[in-house]
Amino acid sequence: MGSTDYPLDRQDAHQDVHQAIRPYVHSDKLSFSDALYVIVTTVDHKKLGLMYIVASLIFLVIAGLMASVMRLQLAFPNGHVVSPATFNRLFTMHGTTMVFLVGMPLLAGFANYLIPLMIGARDMAFPRLNAFGFWIFLFGGFLLYFSYVGGGGLQGAGSAPDVGWFAYSPLTERAFSRGLSTDYWTLGVLCSGIGSLASALNVIATVASMRCPGMTLSRMPMFVWLMLVDSWLILIALPPLSAAQIMLMLDRYLGAHFFDTQNGGSAILWQHFFWIFGHPEVYILIFPAFGILSEVIPIFSRKPIFGRPAMVAAAVAIGFISLSVWAHHMFAVGLDSASNIFFAAATMMVGVPTGIKIFNWLATMYGGKLIFRTPMLFCIAFLFQFLIAGLTGIMLGVTPFDWQLHDSYFVVAHFHFTLVGGFVFAIFAGMYYWFPKASGRMLSETLGKWHFWLMTVGFNLTFIPLHFVGMMGMPRRIYTYPYGRGWELWNFVASVGVVLQLAAVAIFVWNILQSLGRSDSERSGDDPWNAWTLEWATHSPPPEYNFEKIPVVYSSRPLWDLKHPEDPDWEFE
Amino acid sequence: MASVSSALVPPVIDPAQWKLPDRGIIGIACLIITESALFSIFVVGYIFYIGKSLNGPYPKDVLHFPVLGTIALLSSSVTIVIAERALEHGRRALFQLWWIVTILLGAFFLGSTAMEWHQLIVNEHLTISTNLFGTTFYSLVGLHASHVIVGLLFLLLVGAVTLFGFPIETQKRRVMFLSWYWHFVDVVWIIVFTVVYIVGR
Amino acid sequence: MIGPVFCLMLQTRLAEHSVANIFDPRATPAATEKNLALFTFSITGGIFIVVAALLIFAIVRYRSRIPNDLEEPAQVYGSGKIELAWTVIPILIVFVLTGVTGRVIASIEDSPQPSSATHITLVGRQWWWEVHYPDFGIVTANEIHVPVSRSAQDHPTFFTLQSADVIHSFWVPQLSGKTDLIPNRDNHIWIDPREPGIYLGNCAEYCGTQHANMMLRVIVHPAGEFEKWAVAERTSFVPAAQSNPGRAVFESLACVNCHTVRGSVAAGRFGPDLTHLMRRQTIGAGVVPLTPKNLRDWVADPQEVKPGCLMPSMNLSNTELTQVVSYLEALK
Repeated sequence: MGSTDYPLDRQDAHQDVHQAIRPYVHSDKLSFSDALYVIVTTVDHKKLGLMYIVASLIFLVIAGLMASVMRLQLAFPNGHVVSPATFNRLFTMHGTTMVFLVGMPLLAGFANYLIPLMIGARDMAFPRLNAFGFWIFLFGGFLLYFSYVGGGGLQGAGSAPDVGWFAYSPLTERAFSRGLSTDYWTLGVLCSGIGSLASALNVIATVASMRCPGMTLSRMPMFVWLMLVDSWLILIALPPLSAAQIMLMLDRYLGAHFFDTQNGGSAILWQHFFWIFGHPEVYILIFPAFGILSEVIPIFSRKPIFGRPAMVAAAVAIGFISLSVWAHHMFAVGLDSASNIFFAAATMMVGVPTGIKIFNWLATMYGGKLIFRTPMLFCIAFLFQFLIAGLTGIMLGVTPFDWQLHDSYFVVAHFHFTLVGGFVFAIFAGMYYWFPKASGRMLSETLGKWHFWLMTVGFNLTFIPLHFVGMMGMPRRIYTYPYGRGWELWNFVASVGVVLQLAAVAIFVWNILQSLGRSDSERSGDDPWNAWTLEWATHSPPPEYNFEKIPVVYSSRPLWDLKHPEDPDWEFE
Repeated sequence: MASVSSALVPPVIDPAQWKLPDRGIIGIACLIITESALFSIFVVGYIFYIGKSLNGPYPKDVLHFPVLGTIALLSSSVTIVIAERALEHGRRALFQLWWIVTILLGAFFLGSTAMEWHQLIVNEHLTISTNLFGTTFYSLVGLHASHVIVGLLFLLLVGAVTLFGFPIETQKRRVMFLSWYWHFVDVVWIIVFTVVYIVGR
Repeated sequence: MIGPVFCLMLQTRLAEHSVANIFDPRATPAATEKNLALFTFSITGGIFIVVAALLIFAIVRYRSRIPNDLEEPAQVYGSGKIELAWTVIPILIVFVLTGVTGRVIASIEDSPQPSSATHITLVGRQWWWEVHYPDFGIVTANEIHVPVSRSAQDHPTFFTLQSADVIHSFWVPQLSGKTDLIPNRDNHIWIDPREPGIYLGNCAEYCGTQHANMMLRVIVHPAGEFEKWAVAERTSFVPAAQSNPGRAVFESLACVNCHTVRGSVAAGRFGPDLTHLMRRQTIGAGVVPLTPKNLRDWVADPQEVKPGCLMPSMNLSNTELTQVVSYLEALK
């Protein structure tokens, strides 16, 4: 089988190459300035992927602490931990950070790190564009946070944007939002958006042009498939936001009237443009989570993903339908009944392919041998929580029900179930699953279980009660609430849950640090999970060139074929 | 692996036969798709605000068909194709000639837009802040013009490269991508022209 | 003097619904929405129970029982029939739900307006509500007085929703779901409250610094009493300058630039109409109850009571403050 070697067959000659580039692979052996030089100049997809992930985790901690301050304020009625203006800045920055500086770069990070390894390539299609994307995203992040210094001009320290992450006009117009904070919001998000577009373009080109021999589209790992659909969605859905932001800047700086209601402009045009981006954005964030689940669940069930073609088709269907549901964020703006019915129907229709995905994961587990390591635990919690999120999503799609629920805490609970209970849980699963690949070390299973249970209990403690207060009439984005509306107990419980979540994240960070820092932490080897996709065929951590020899694949589970020569997958394809 | 029975040897895949699309083509196609999404929002904004200005000047009073500019821009799409053909056949001088013609036509278009804007601003007192027509007109036409400028800069870059004697024959792919972009800018103009000068008037 | 006294008595008599639960509706729109909500709940609840049960079963039944078991289970790649089933069944559910939703949307949005309807134009402002009764020539603020209605066709109240600045949203959970108040646009909504009482609501669209304290109350009058309220509200009882020295102070200050007191020179339009200030229950769109002490604190420094609100602190001397407050307290 000389011509069909898998990269598992290491060749002695390559050991020399590996030794030769070793100093550049392990930057911890370099001095600080050398390390900085490597970070600034690198175009390697793995380093950039890790840089994306580290940067977004830092932003995650910042935005998480902001959320904690808000929960502290709302723990009791008439709370006044922070002033109204500060509270409004906190939720604006929390939302903007979580979506644009945590969610988007996290998915870019996972995509960058994993896609070339999964499709047997040595790098992304455009490595320099990749580096550009990272740095402009980071610049956008700095610009947004610089508003704390420059948002009110020289006298206005502390004036971060306070218009909400959705920045509805005309609140963002000069007449109602003075100073520079809204401009920092606009430019910061615009820059990070350019970064996201660059990385989406790169993913598409990589998947289209860089797959190793034999890696047909039908054999591509599910994660790669979902990132491909995801990138298409980014490419189509992000420009509307950029366009609207350019219009907003024209309004604010050149006196244009796009969203200027005092000169005939429309207040809801912004909402249309924003949600044409904003709703697909939710799917953009959840697709990588779907991808991670579709990799992790089969490995820990010891079975291939159930109904691969249906899984891919469902993803494509979600992508298409999600482009036509945006106005379900606008049921309260007074659309005519025909539009409301159309968008209600489209919204519920998204539930069908999403349901297919959940059923297929479930079917993957059926008949398997489930191994409850930390990544699998996070996936199972995901399934429960995402199920709830999906069903509350259906409720919000039922227009008249939404007239009651819209902009209440019910919505807060719903989308935190998708984005924390879904996206963040999947990211944790992915972290535990691929950390050994990126570092060559295992994360502690004990700490991992603590992390999982504290996170799951804390998350549900925080966000289940928020459904209830929403239905009891508590609107979103209020910095305080009076005593006697029946909201006290649930708000207090929600705030208690935050403490558990903070502890969970602290344990997670500690787990990573102790694994990397201690010399006696458990080594993972190249393939600790007995997995089936190509990234596990190379070293941990992978060398700069990923594969000593470009692999050739014959099925969607190349390592299964290798480990089970008597029963290979390609027999059934 | 030697123990694998012959029945289970996978079908042979020859890596040399494994062909995938050029990443550059995918890249430029993606760029054009995402730019189209950007333009379509501005076009929607323009159409949404047709006839909603609270005060004049109105399009029917001040807009004139930019006939010469349009002809220049559309023919530049033809000349760039001729230039590309010449390059493919290795006829360097011919390539340079048509390339320069393309640049001149593009510059003429920009010039005519500049004249139109000058006339609108100075004589008709229509600025971006005058009314919704001004807002949407200058944004949409300006967005397109800014793309023409970017295209022109790249055209000039290629022109400079070839005029100073650097080998352009090795860069056929990149010249092709640039010409795709230029065609895209042309197609956008057709849409902008239709919306602004025909529908919007 | 019967009017004001009557109003004060009425308001103390009306029960206040402090918990604005969407499942405790008192008007047709909210009741219809509640019924649809329960229908949706039963469907989604059913789905949740089925899927969660399958999930728990899988976790319990298929967990790996032998540590480091190297034997792989049977490799199953999919099943067309099963997958078809869980595609078609959800589509059918979506069809049913869409049909029901469509009917309810139409019944609320396209409901005909009877001639007996009361008309209100509600204007959202940062951060309070201006309430116009075009048929009665009344302007008031933050508290919406409406008649009780035995049915949707009896004495419903139809609102035209507008905004003077940014987007706000009308939400009184027990009466109706949300509809936004949008500048440059008229929105419409109606309610037919079945029970007299006081219903609480909030602005439900983020509208700036004091969004949290943009609360409103709908006061539903028993049959026949709304008209009495309206008549009383239309007349004004401004104390004469001789009897109330505060009036001269009030009218000499910037107060009149923003506030109207009908029957006096104060005709400002930016702030709430104060003609019958003392009939209201709260100050500052619900930020504090209207009591003499709170009123004095408010006039002394509104920024202390409702930080960020658009009413500036007037820096009144103690005497001026007392006089202005005494004038305001006479606006019944």
